[in-house]
Amino acid sequence: MTARRKSLLAILLGPGAFWIGLFFLIPLILVVVYSFLERRSGGGVLWHFSLDAYIKLFSPTGETLINDFMMIVLRSLWWAALTSFVCLIIGYPLAFFIALQPPSHRTAYLFFVLIPFWTNFLVRTYAWKFILNNNGLLNNLLQALGMNRIALINTPTAVLIGLVYGSLPFMVLPLYASIEKLDFDLVEAAQDLGANYVRVFSRVILPLTMPGIVAGIVLVFIPVSGQYIVPTILGGGKVAMLGNLLAQQFGPALNWPFGSAIAVVFMALLMVGVIFYLRGDAREEEVGL
Amino acid sequence: MTGHRGGIPGSKLLRWGKRLLWANMFFSFFFLYAPIIILVAFSFNDSRLGARWAGFTLKWYGQMMESEAIRVAVRNSLFVAFVSTAISTVLGTMTAIAMERFRFPFRRTYDGILYLPVIIPDIVMAISLLAFFSLSLGWMNNLFGLQGNSALRPGLTTVIIAHVAFNISFVAIVVRTSLRELDPNFEEAAQDLGANEWITFRRIILPLITPGILGGALLAFTLSLDDFVITFFTTGPGGTTLPIEVFGRIRRSISPEINAISTVMLLASMLLVVVSQFVQRRGSTSV
Repeated sequence: MTARRKSLLAILLGPGAFWIGLFFLIPLILVVVYSFLERRSGGGVLWHFSLDAYIKLFSPTGETLINDFMMIVLRSLWWAALTSFVCLIIGYPLAFFIALQPPSHRTAYLFFVLIPFWTNFLVRTYAWKFILNNNGLLNNLLQALGMNRIALINTPTAVLIGLVYGSLPFMVLPLYASIEKLDFDLVEAAQDLGANYVRVFSRVILPLTMPGIVAGIVLVFIPVSGQYIVPTILGGGKVAMLGNLLAQQFGPALNWPFGSAIAVVFMALLMVGVIFYLRGDAREEEVGL
Repeated sequence: MTGHRGGIPGSKLLRWGKRLLWANMFFSFFFLYAPIIILVAFSFNDSRLGARWAGFTLKWYGQMMESEAIRVAVRNSLFVAFVSTAISTVLGTMTAIAMERFRFPFRRTYDGILYLPVIIPDIVMAISLLAFFSLSLGWMNNLFGLQGNSALRPGLTTVIIAHVAFNISFVAIVVRTSLRELDPNFEEAAQDLGANEWITFRRIILPLITPGILGGALLAFTLSLDDFVITFFTTGPGGTTLPIEVFGRIRRSISPEINAISTVMLLASMLLVVVSQFVQRRGSTSV
């Protein structure tokens, strides 16, 4: 590389790298550092090394091995898995349906999947509060039909509905991308060789669309596990997820080291999970082909 | 598109499969759109209690227009979105060109780092920026002896900085895609004809990737306008954006006025989708 090209590269790369370094990477490193410091009562930290935050997170309570804080972390991951699963069950047939339509119709269907994707998340979550509230639309409807009102708002069910609702487009788009590429001649070939529909699906269609499934699950799982808006609005603080826990520790509870430790453990679990998941998938593909 | 679809022989199972696909499609779109349609419909409802229809009215829109808090919040949101989009579009495009047209040490590592702001849960980015701004603003106040009213506090500036921090990556990803789709023959031909790097960039590359840059900018604008979580943790007094204002109202109560604000926000997002589809379609036909 000539000196001229080197300086050109520095000009192009420098400002962006500076911004991401200073306002993204350093703050993340700061959180890791804070997790090993002592709590200051008015918020912030005291610069003494301490493992208090991690001890607090991992120490068992009197009755159970896992304390309430760790329980919320694990529950968030479990709900993220559940949300991914439900989105896959609804999203896969939807993506498949769209891919089977004539090209001109496909664009229209995709457009209608995209609109919620671009629409304000807060507003879409509020729409569900409006419906599920105790004197909301659903309960008014049930009453008008002579049925009992049901308490849905501030329950795990309400939160899960909101999570699935917010994530469905993230699942459909990558699924569609990989189903659209599917070569249907292979489906026919399998049928000519005597495979029934179940076998064609499990041996041909499913493995070939696996990249879309993998991408969709990652795109749903990660944001859902850190959700703050849905559990706050539809859970009303009664159904807490990890996002609420972090907000609470950095907000009213003013325990920044503990909040940082939760974030570090969460990111570590997420990273290990994603790496194993993607690696497992890569191996599966090797065997499959 | 590859393959043809007519060859699968009909059978009872296949017919049922198709029916299920149709049913699932109707259910999915009902699920996606019913809440939005209900929300919009009830913004015209003449009842303070919300979920019972009591006749048509536009008064909630009138109340919204008269609210000073909403006006300020809209102005703040647009200011943050325009400034952060401008900065992140320039920096993101420069980053994209460096990543696609240069080889340098640690390029792959940086490639990974660039994806991090996109995939990291926003709450983690939000609390890390909260910690960072609290520390750095404290240091700067100490250093310059700023106290009381003159002390630096989080506000719109910190929000803009935060929005740029995640939007650089989104813009870079979109622009990189259009750079990758660009036929390298164009650039080689220009250089064979004696154009230097700058002329090649200005006259050949830039016009061809303009749809990509516009697409990236629109994405950045939408993400900035819609962001709640990161804004919530990086803003301060006087830095209320529209999502922050709406969130506060939602937590307080349910009111038809929120439905009216939401409807306007929905229309704005839909307009942005239509514009972005238009930009992309024009881009793909002109290249």
